[in-house]
Amino acid sequence: MLEIKGLEASVGEKQILRGIDLVVPTGEVHAIMGPNGSGKSTLSYVLSGRPGYEATAGSASFDGKDLLEMDPEARASLGVFLAFQYPVELPGVGNANFLRTALNAQRRARGEAEMAAPEFLKFARAAMKRLSMPDDMLKRNVNVGFSGGEKKRNEVLQMALLKPRIAILDETDSGLDIDALKIVAEGVNTQRGPDFSALVITHYQRLLDYIVPDRVHVLSAGRIIRSGGPELAHELEANGYAAIVAEAT
Amino acid sequence: MSAAVKSTALQASAQIFLARFEGLRARLPGDSTVREAAAELLRKSGLPGPREEAWRYTSLRPLAEVEFNEPLTPVADCAALLARVPAIGAPRLVFVDGRFRDDLSDAPALAAVRVGGPSFGTQAHPETEKLVALNTMLSEDGAEISIAAGVDANTLVLISLGTDLNGRAVAFHPRHTVSLAKGAKLTLVEIAVGEGTYLHNPVTSVTVADGAALTHLRIQDESRAAFVLSTIYADIATNGTYDSFTLTLGGRLARTEIHARLTGLDAIVHLNSAQLLGGNQHADFTTIIGHDAPNCASRQTVKTVLTGKSRGVFQGKIEVARDAQKTDGYQMNQALLLSPDAEMDSKPQLEIYADDVKCSHGATVGELDAEQLFYMRSRGVPAEEARMILVRAFLAEALDPIKHEATRAAMELAIEGWWERQAA
Repeated sequence: MLEIKGLEASVGEKQILRGIDLVVPTGEVHAIMGPNGSGKSTLSYVLSGRPGYEATAGSASFDGKDLLEMDPEARASLGVFLAFQYPVELPGVGNANFLRTALNAQRRARGEAEMAAPEFLKFARAAMKRLSMPDDMLKRNVNVGFSGGEKKRNEVLQMALLKPRIAILDETDSGLDIDALKIVAEGVNTQRGPDFSALVITHYQRLLDYIVPDRVHVLSAGRIIRSGGPELAHELEANGYAAIVAEAT
Repeated sequence: MSAAVKSTALQASAQIFLARFEGLRARLPGDSTVREAAAELLRKSGLPGPREEAWRYTSLRPLAEVEFNEPLTPVADCAALLARVPAIGAPRLVFVDGRFRDDLSDAPALAAVRVGGPSFGTQAHPETEKLVALNTMLSEDGAEISIAAGVDANTLVLISLGTDLNGRAVAFHPRHTVSLAKGAKLTLVEIAVGEGTYLHNPVTSVTVADGAALTHLRIQDESRAAFVLSTIYADIATNGTYDSFTLTLGGRLARTEIHARLTGLDAIVHLNSAQLLGGNQHADFTTIIGHDAPNCASRQTVKTVLTGKSRGVFQGKIEVARDAQKTDGYQMNQALLLSPDAEMDSKPQLEIYADDVKCSHGATVGELDAEQLFYMRSRGVPAEEARMILVRAFLAEALDPIKHEATRAAMELAIEGWWERQAA
């Protein structure tokens, strides 16, 4: 269970999050929606431990463990996964090697046995097939020369292989055409189950047609100003953010 | 002392080498007139100083802090040092403190070890180049490798062990020659390791005849207290290839200076390097490529990784003669600074006298990308491992073209060892 209480955070001198309270129970998928600049990406970075995104008050814990005290790699090993809005290119680093390094680093941190290369390749190829990704994406350098859609699919592939307990999807839908969007949504939906939860951050309701959330929260100016069921996403789509923001202030 | 020599500590050190020459001259093998001419240059001008353009970024002053001796007593037990030399799986010639060691070497038919003194040849110029002069004055041993026309000689390993195991700093100046006749092929792997304080000042003359191909792979993993000053001269004739890569890990003060001349049509030269430096190390990779003939290509990828207070230098000069039309020159020099106290100096220099040429060069100095680091850490890769992965990725462009598997693997292992030493 992800529990966020009174979380405030700054980037440099600028305060972005102004007291967030949010609970995502295990097994649930929650959506965070909000206008540009409301702090959506900052929330995902603070939860995953990006340097420079500093929590100044409040707490965030996962299964009772204080996330804010942990290094990014420790959070990952605990089961926190961030799907990047802009996946990073790693020239000179092979995708297969990177994925196996990450998987085995997490396994080591959890005291589990590492996965040998042949076993890993079999495992990765099966996952890629499900995501309609060509085999050669394993051989290429991480995200180098990938199209926008390929990069997002590569994020979902990483999620499928690393099997996180909570996935934070930071505007994973941005820049995707409808087919890629369906594949990405499918990738998330196959993970859904009693031990998996997700925080889906998006600007548009469209993604939520494919990943149907249990709860929807509206973020504005660093605070959650309204929460509701999936119907809230449709209301936002119909009326826009302005109406809800005005209502809350 | 002549008036032209400033009485600095460095020049005092030149005087000590000269005094050594005075004491040894009667016993030194080979052509004494060449040695006398070399001594004359040192007498007149001393060792290279900071006012010389080619030595602006690399100071030899620390040499003056050490009193070097002749390696008179042969070191008996080299087992520990030899164990540090990666196995390449090819015949080897072993030199200890600059002296050939028959007992540690295989004797491939293709390589002779000179008896009766060095053949100085005409490529190196001891009358103008001071380090070459120092080498020429005191040189005793050296490998003489020659491959006959049309012969593919596979791989040969040239090993240098440097020591002060006898408790005294020593200086040695081996003089090697490598010559490939028409259409000959050779991969020469040079590996140098060592322990303690010493000066290793080798000069190597390379000739690549028409259609011949020399791959020259060098692993410089010498003592961190050593002074390593290597000078290489390579002449490459029509359709010949000289493909060289230098990995520099060791030395307190290290300089590799390569003079390559493309003397025939369609000749190719690659002078690539990776330098990995830490602590107070100083390493300098200086190259002078002479495009003397048309249609030749030169390629350089030089990567330097710096930690601690280390300092790296790259000087790359490309001279294109008036007749060398259709020259294709490319030079890329990149440095990764892993510490705020490290420093990189880079000096590309193009001198082009022909009008139809393609020459490009680029230089970058940067730090590890914070975004890339966070991306990897967010996937569970520990920070230290993520840094190593990025350093390896940075070096990949230089290392990947090395086709000799065993040597590349040895280099990668050495780089990993270097990283572990930095992290420790």
